[in-house]
Amino acid sequence: MMLGLTAGRFGTRFLGRRVMALVTPSSATMASHGHGHADVSEIADMSKPMYCDRMDTPLPDRAYKDELNAADKTLKEKEKGPWNQLTKEEKIALYRLMFRKTYPEMKQKTDEWKTVMGGIFIFLGLTGLLVWWQSIYVYPAQPRTFDSEWQAKQIQRMLDMRVNPVEGLASKWDYEKGQWK
Amino acid sequence: MFPAVFRLSTTGARTLATRFRPGHTAPLASRCYSHAKVETDEEFDARWVTYFNKPDIDTWELKKGMNTLIGYDLVPEAKILDSALRACRRLNDLASAIRILEAVKDKAGPHKDIYPYLLQELKPTLAELGISTPEELGIDKI
Repeated sequence: MMLGLTAGRFGTRFLGRRVMALVTPSSATMASHGHGHADVSEIADMSKPMYCDRMDTPLPDRAYKDELNAADKTLKEKEKGPWNQLTKEEKIALYRLMFRKTYPEMKQKTDEWKTVMGGIFIFLGLTGLLVWWQSIYVYPAQPRTFDSEWQAKQIQRMLDMRVNPVEGLASKWDYEKGQWK
Repeated sequence: MFPAVFRLSTTGARTLATRFRPGHTAPLASRCYSHAKVETDEEFDARWVTYFNKPDIDTWELKKGMNTLIGYDLVPEAKILDSALRACRRLNDLASAIRILEAVKDKAGPHKDIYPYLLQELKPTLAELGISTPEELGIDKI
């Protein structure tokens, strides 16, 4: 199906379904979690109206369950009559046929942030290990100018030359006492 | 007593009964308002009531209307909702009627007194059409 969107797309086979949810458009993911379809695979036909649970879209493009069994169909027939004759359970059943989640269910907080933060830290950690390995096995030897002995001699020479005597280095050195001010 | 439409964007310390209306203050100097005609709240309400009152309204029009209305920065007036609920009745769609009530409660956001007021205004219609509120069905809780 040309306009289909499968979970096992080329190039993303190694990603789990959860991570796929982060990279695919949310409406596609919503539809691709097998609901009314008795499909084998998780294909969302994006050429047809799709269902979505969004607080800013109370009435999505299609009903949640569109494959109705006999019981559902009789209930739908009863819906054409006076609604006062429907029981509470029937009303709830009609709601659930049309919609997947109620507003409170949509607003429910998830633990997704833990997954996200965990993923971030894992990758930061791996990067840190990589950087550490690199600093040992990849970097060339440190120039001799970094040795503390060389640095000491360097500063001594700068002081002897009176580098920045007004406000900088040499101004901070007490030449009488031979120490920093 | 209450304004025709509850405008949510002018909240803060204001009560529901007051809202800012450009054009009702004394002009101090020439203002740079657009010269387009501003629709009054009554005209807005009337337009939407007429929209949902269409006798042969179809499912798509109901959905489009509701989704658009919910997109606005306001909680729809009771008469608009009444018209929309009756449209649901003509379309034999109880689930959408309940969904509309849920959406309106969500639109009110932190203003917890709007939804009970609307339910009170819509009580005769809800009773007449046999629409249960989400609270009555117990789906307002997880």
